[in-house]
Amino acid sequence: MTLPSHLHLAIALDGAGWHPAAWRESDARPLDLSSPRYWVDAVQEAEWGLLDFVTIEDSLAIQSTRRGAVDSRTDQVRGRLDAVLIAARVAPTTSAIGIIPVTTTTHTEPFHVSKAIATLDYVSGGRAGLQARVSATELEARQFGRRAISTPQANGARTSPDTALITDLFDEAAEFVEVVRRLWDSWEDDAELRDVATGRFIDRDKVHYIDFEGPHFSVKGPSITPRPPQGQPLVSVLAHVPVAFRLAARSADLVYTTPTSTEVAHSIVSTIRAHEVAEGRQGPKLLVFADLVVFLDENTTTAVLRKQRLDELDGRALRSDAFIFAGTPGDLAELMVEWQAAGIDGYRLRPGAVPHDLEMITHELVGALQDRGVFRQHYEDLTLRARLGLPRPANRYARA
Amino acid sequence: MTDRPRQIHLAAHFPGVNNTTVWSDPKAGSHIEFSSFTKLARTAERAKFDFFFLAEGLRLREQRGKIHDLDVVGRPDTFTVLAALAGVTDHIGLSGTINSTFNEPFEVARQFASLDHLSGGRAAWNVVTSWDAFTGENFRRGGFLAQEDRYDRAKEFLQTARELWDTWDDGAVIADRDTGRFIADSTEGAFLHNGTQFQIEGHFGVPRSPQGHPVIFQAGDSDTGREFAAADADCIFTRHGTVEAGQRFYEDVKGRLARYGRSPDDLKILPAATFVLGESEEDALEQSAIVRRQQVSGQTAILFLEQVWNRDLSDYDPDGPLPELDPDLSEASIVKGRVPVFDDRMKTAAKWRSLAEAKKLSIRELMIEVTNPASFVGTPLQVARQIDQAVTSRAADGFILVPHVTPGGLDEFAETVVPLLQEWGRFRTQYEGPTLRDHLGLPPAKSSKTARLAINAGAT
Repeated sequence: MTLPSHLHLAIALDGAGWHPAAWRESDARPLDLSSPRYWVDAVQEAEWGLLDFVTIEDSLAIQSTRRGAVDSRTDQVRGRLDAVLIAARVAPTTSAIGIIPVTTTTHTEPFHVSKAIATLDYVSGGRAGLQARVSATELEARQFGRRAISTPQANGARTSPDTALITDLFDEAAEFVEVVRRLWDSWEDDAELRDVATGRFIDRDKVHYIDFEGPHFSVKGPSITPRPPQGQPLVSVLAHVPVAFRLAARSADLVYTTPTSTEVAHSIVSTIRAHEVAEGRQGPKLLVFADLVVFLDENTTTAVLRKQRLDELDGRALRSDAFIFAGTPGDLAELMVEWQAAGIDGYRLRPGAVPHDLEMITHELVGALQDRGVFRQHYEDLTLRARLGLPRPANRYARA
Repeated sequence: MTDRPRQIHLAAHFPGVNNTTVWSDPKAGSHIEFSSFTKLARTAERAKFDFFFLAEGLRLREQRGKIHDLDVVGRPDTFTVLAALAGVTDHIGLSGTINSTFNEPFEVARQFASLDHLSGGRAAWNVVTSWDAFTGENFRRGGFLAQEDRYDRAKEFLQTARELWDTWDDGAVIADRDTGRFIADSTEGAFLHNGTQFQIEGHFGVPRSPQGHPVIFQAGDSDTGREFAAADADCIFTRHGTVEAGQRFYEDVKGRLARYGRSPDDLKILPAATFVLGESEEDALEQSAIVRRQQVSGQTAILFLEQVWNRDLSDYDPDGPLPELDPDLSEASIVKGRVPVFDDRMKTAAKWRSLAEAKKLSIRELMIEVTNPASFVGTPLQVARQIDQAVTSRAADGFILVPHVTPGGLDEFAETVVPLLQEWGRFRTQYEGPTLRDHLGLPPAKSSKTARLAINAGAT
């Protein structure tokens, strides 16, 4: 019998938790959601639990129960801060945990995003990444006013974007990530010389134009920010559908998926491997994470009832793209070990309510996983990539 | 009112990517590692400075078609560094340059509102309007903007950002568990802007931040720039070598405020200033001469000369005389990615020739003479008096100090000059409020409600 291999564990942070009524829990801090302390506390808690990384949710659209439209509800959390800035604010107050903000690729500038994440990598000492998100709503497009996302109909109404457009948006995201990565590589690691004798600050032969020309944009480069500590910070993508799996296989280091059972986990992993082959992926295989929404208590009934209570407060049962688990940390640990056997490398847990479910993860679930020999006992001094078993990428522009 | 003497405002500028920054100094540290930013910001905060200032560049500079390699090259991202600094400081304002040409108002408004929240009300935005096609090559839209349109875009950009910041009321987040009401009104954040530069609508996602609006800086000495500042800015970031020039500028800009219903104190005039301190005046002058030679190497002198001659002068000896041939007056500049420092090429060349002849100066000596000498040179007492004098005589409301060594270049100033200004009652000994507006004595941003109603009325 071989020793069980370690699994990776991350937490997705979003407002007061992933249940829309989570802010109404007695231990919630709904008035603090825009305060730095709230985010520092959450990420420090995750770090206390030795987790691999946190992601910080974001969207250019305000929260809504309606896809692609605003709603008139006043009983759910509305409003959020920019995730890259939250990540930067939190970085110097932590020392080991990875920090991955969600970043929209549709209306934003790859040049700005590249230097922002490179700088996050500097301020965190090699713990940065990004989760690339495609924006496919007309609502978000109108906030920028630069282009239309949907096609106007004869009667003036706008339809949801069609398949061709969605494909195009994901192709654009792939281009975006390509530009971001090239900009990260545009400075060789030893480009800074500081040669007092010759008066040269950099070796200009080691700073490169990227000269990217694609169907969606062209970017000259080089970046203004030198190559970050990890070489290339971690790129991740959430994927449910083929077009997103394809983006992950082309562009990402890590993919978040939403299996609902061991069988589904199996099939998702094979789908991803097939996409990797189809795209001719080079280098390390995609790390496959499973996303789970979790409600954790000492016994299953308490967890189920707590979720029900929140459902009642919200007026409807929680819906999620991910599997919703309500139960004990021990049972969750069992499930995680089981899916791991289907090829899942790690998990990103979306706590139903913060701080309760976050603390149940860091205090109880982590212990249950450690007892099963599948989770670390302490942090080693590693970059985020190294912790995930990924090498530091070679620089494409460096001469061998 | 009290008889409190006119207060001086002081800020720390992180050393930039021009030759003012002496990277060859053995004490010079990294311009990228976060520890350098932390060190300077904390030094400035210990000295009770108003704010920390970070500049921005969006394309590496080039000369003769090659990336400029003699000065510091490379910078981190402005927003990311400022947000991270908010985590290692408690009081000092965090000011950054963000371009209005290669960004969109929805995104920048969101970033500054977030920074203001994450710093507890310490954010400031220096609005710059670089527009050139050279920089545009790094962006989706390329160099889309004509030079003459840049202020139109900047003005409407800022106005749009202000509208977005006003879309949330101060008390919009209620979070009442009993009634289940999180926000006061489902229309919080709703906006519609129909202008010539921007036609946008939607929902702004960031609740109103502690300062309401971040402090707004404008840098630029042109008439349009001054008018823009008078209408819309809280601070103006300028460069004026002498007290007299400073006074003229001060009077001119402050004189424009009444037209916009603003009082002279509503806009602070803060020139950038360099300094060299010494134990005696002679020592300071000697130190200053050393620094000038570090700042203007032979190679740098040739590059400066090329900016006026607009020719490749790499074969000339910096320790020799000026070129006999005249400047190339064609349009195409051999310098890219930086603001032109010298005006009329023929006139400048003529002036330099006569100066070099009169004083028998080599190219390098001449460049040391004609480019950016330190603003303040002397003993701590002398420098404190010069600063005091400049503010008393209304040449400035304070200074943005630019150390020439990263990150320790402010230490001596903080330890020796600041205590004198404090002793004289001219500079704070402790922060009096949590926000940058408090430090600068600026009025709070206008009530969001009023502003929003006005927009809605305008939109119908």
